[in-house]
Amino acid sequence: MKKNRLFENIVHGIFLILGLITVGCVLLITVYLIISGIPAIREIRLFNFLFGKEWASTAAEPKYGILPFILTSVYGTAGAILIGVPIGFFTAVYLSKVANKKVRAVIEAAVNLLAGIPSVVYGLVGMLVLVPAVREIFNVPDGASLLAAIIVLAIMILPNIIKVSITALDAVPKEYEDASLALGATPTETFFKVSVPAAKSGIAAAVVLGVGRAIGEAMAVMMVAGNVANMPSLFESVRFLTTAVASEMAYSSPGSLQRNALFSIALVLFLFIMLINATLNFFLKRNKEK
Amino acid sequence: MKKIISLLTVAMLVVCALAGCSGNKDAVATDGSTSMNKVIGALGEAFENETGITVTYNATGSSAGIQAVLEGRCDIGLASRNLKDDEKAKGLEETILAYDGIAIIVNPNNPVSDLDVETIAKIYTGEIKNWKEVGGNDAEIVLIGREAGSGTRDGFEDITDTKDKCDYRQELTSTGDVITTVASNPGAIGYASLASVKDTVKVLTVDGIAPSEETIKDGSYVVQRPFVLVTKKDAKLSENAQKFFDYITSEAANEIISGAGVVPAK
Repeated sequence: MKKNRLFENIVHGIFLILGLITVGCVLLITVYLIISGIPAIREIRLFNFLFGKEWASTAAEPKYGILPFILTSVYGTAGAILIGVPIGFFTAVYLSKVANKKVRAVIEAAVNLLAGIPSVVYGLVGMLVLVPAVREIFNVPDGASLLAAIIVLAIMILPNIIKVSITALDAVPKEYEDASLALGATPTETFFKVSVPAAKSGIAAAVVLGVGRAIGEAMAVMMVAGNVANMPSLFESVRFLTTAVASEMAYSSPGSLQRNALFSIALVLFLFIMLINATLNFFLKRNKEK
Repeated sequence: MKKIISLLTVAMLVVCALAGCSGNKDAVATDGSTSMNKVIGALGEAFENETGITVTYNATGSSAGIQAVLEGRCDIGLASRNLKDDEKAKGLEETILAYDGIAIIVNPNNPVSDLDVETIAKIYTGEIKNWKEVGGNDAEIVLIGREAGSGTRDGFEDITDTKDKCDYRQELTSTGDVITTVASNPGAIGYASLASVKDTVKVLTVDGIAPSEETIKDGSYVVQRPFVLVTKKDAKLSENAQKFFDYITSEAANEIISGAGVVPAK
């Protein structure tokens, strides 16, 4: 009996340690980012760093203003949401409420596949197909632009939005819909006036999740956005927060202001993600309380 | 139960240690310029065939490779530029392995086939904005370059004297991306290591001289830069690393170096 107890305790201990690994990683990353991100901000001054309009890290007189990156990330994410959410939302409503089983199975498989495609593949296809297409269609000298990045991001966040929204819509009790139908509402009225409002916090969570994915994406965006630190404009080459870190990290020498400033960018990005996560938790909690 | 776990752990540790040992003992670690991929790959392969010693290559970029030597993370650093004075002051030594021509590339459909360095500089600084100003079609010039810190960009901007003044439309993170982009945009101009240029783009002549082994070696093709081996001045290389160093700087290696599309220094 005693031996059994000991064994149980050991197992519990092991599980606790394994659980703490995750917590430890998060703490480590947070602390590391803050420690390595603060010095550059202090040296450049917070205001100049966040609101400076020029980034020239390797120039003789380096300038470290990340406003173009912040705005690009915000605009890019907003654009992706603007395109991705309506498509994703209506797809989810269709799949959850209207489509028959076979159609749903096929489309869901496609959505899952889309979710599994590595971001570098999105980037590659974007670079070879989308960028030249943007150039031709809009008659601009070069297609690598904010618009191309927005389109790629919109496609990338579709699976997240669709899958999470479907889960939320599927969880709406059938009695609600039956009651609505029994009262004489048409199916379409029922879906949009009963099912969707009942699932709204789940759908909101889906949107926030999409925002998180879009703002954190680096690889695909790097291949289609052109990566020049311009203030964002739809047909100009732009650089996102993520790509600003990724494209210069390999070449910056450790301890230099440039490297430290890259950590500061990462810290800003991290704060954005935290904000998004907090929003997500807020919606999920509200969902549960219902 | 506990015994089994501890036995497993020990076994795993032993396996890891052994694997680690065999990996480190033989291999010569090189680290640095992404542009030197081809030449170091070819040299490493030939060296391995001859001696059985593996050569690893980490494509991180010139500055990162120099840093890696300083920190002792690799045996030989690879840089596609000369060492800066402050890097030499840290006790590093450079040995020129080869010269690489930087090719100026345009889309194959572009009628322009020759530019001089001054015009290239004017194009890249945004002074000349349309191809018709240099005898081409009426189309906006799209400037494709590499990201800040890239050895190729550094080399190009040094040679054309356009440091910090280039008005890029796109800053891409690899030579392959530059070539792909130039090949797909009729108004694009870019630069890339001559060794990695493919048929999908057109290589311009500079001052009427096409980049080739002869023109780079005799200096008449001006857009060129050195490929440099970086070592520590006061520290001795490991036995294998020294063997590799001697091998690639010997005349026997010249053929392999030219085979990789660059011009041997000796």
